[in-house]
Amino acid sequence: MIYWQLFVAFFKIGLFGFGGGYSMLSLLQAEIVTHHHWITTTEFADIVAISQMTPGPISINSATYIGYTTTGSVWGSAIATMALCLPSLILMIAASYFYVRLRNNLYVSQIIRSLRPVVIGMILAAALMLFNKENFIDYRSYFIFAIALIATLRKANPLLVISGAGIAGYILF
Amino acid sequence: MAYTRRINYDGVKSYFSLFFSFFKIGCFTFGGGYAMIMMMQRELVDKKKWTSEEEFLNYLSLAQSSPGPMAINTAILIGYSRLKLRGAFAGFLGAVLPSFLILLGIAMFFSRIYQDPVVVSIFKGVRPAVAALILYPVFSFAKDLKYWEYPLLLAIGVAIYFSISPIWFIMGTILVAVLYVYHKTRTLKEPS
Repeated sequence: MIYWQLFVAFFKIGLFGFGGGYSMLSLLQAEIVTHHHWITTTEFADIVAISQMTPGPISINSATYIGYTTTGSVWGSAIATMALCLPSLILMIAASYFYVRLRNNLYVSQIIRSLRPVVIGMILAAALMLFNKENFIDYRSYFIFAIALIATLRKANPLLVISGAGIAGYILF
Repeated sequence: MAYTRRINYDGVKSYFSLFFSFFKIGCFTFGGGYAMIMMMQRELVDKKKWTSEEEFLNYLSLAQSSPGPMAINTAILIGYSRLKLRGAFAGFLGAVLPSFLILLGIAMFFSRIYQDPVVVSIFKGVRPAVAALILYPVFSFAKDLKYWEYPLLLAIGVAIYFSISPIWFIMGTILVAVLYVYHKTRTLKEPS
């Protein structure tokens, strides 16, 4: 029964969660904390903290974590994660199918071209959301940010940038 | 016989290379899906040359205009564009598995890891760098925009930052684009 509830809840999040990342947080919280009481608000904040330290999309991280903690089984994780991604799989495969056939259609190509400022604006918003007191503690954080941005703009390997920043954090903080 | 075998081998190899590219990206994108954009750009556009920067931006537009985790959507789209249905699943699995396995490990064994002082100080360094990695595609994509689109981009970015749902901008843009093309095709037809 809990497996079915997990499936339905995360399928809903996958289907209605627009904007990705942090804009999905409120939907996650409404479904998991407020509606199902699977975890408390404090535990939810813990999951957000863990997600910031682990790779991958935050919604996948939450699905895997909550799937395990609510059922105590790997299957809970697998079902929650699969349910979250199922709408994506169906919609994106359908979108690919039509995109290949309709990409030269006047309307479709104009829509995709016009969406560019919106899409880049969404990325900008995702970056702006990280400029808070938790991530930028003092001048040391801005120093790391500046070095990382210059290195990235000069085509440095992102893995090196992340590792370097991690080492800098260990030394500086 | 030998010929078909070689084709199958190459087929398996290209599925694996697709899977592995996304797996690698998935292993190192701290800070959520948006940090993956820059890694995908480097790996898929610059290094592997699987798509052009313009094509990649088109896939991002599709992925961000749809519900669901944006990075997963992009992996499915690029996987499909390379190797059809099975490619879509290869890209999907590659993008999902790292966070799934790591989070499962944390949930099972180290649910207090984020309180460890060493981990905390390392991530105090990583997080500002993640902000830089997310910002990078804004610069590289904005180069191809028209000058009047810059203020639009900034305004939309700030509006979403102040928690206006991006869905309104997506729907509004689709509406404007459809009206524009409709108007243009009609005015072109009229003289004849």
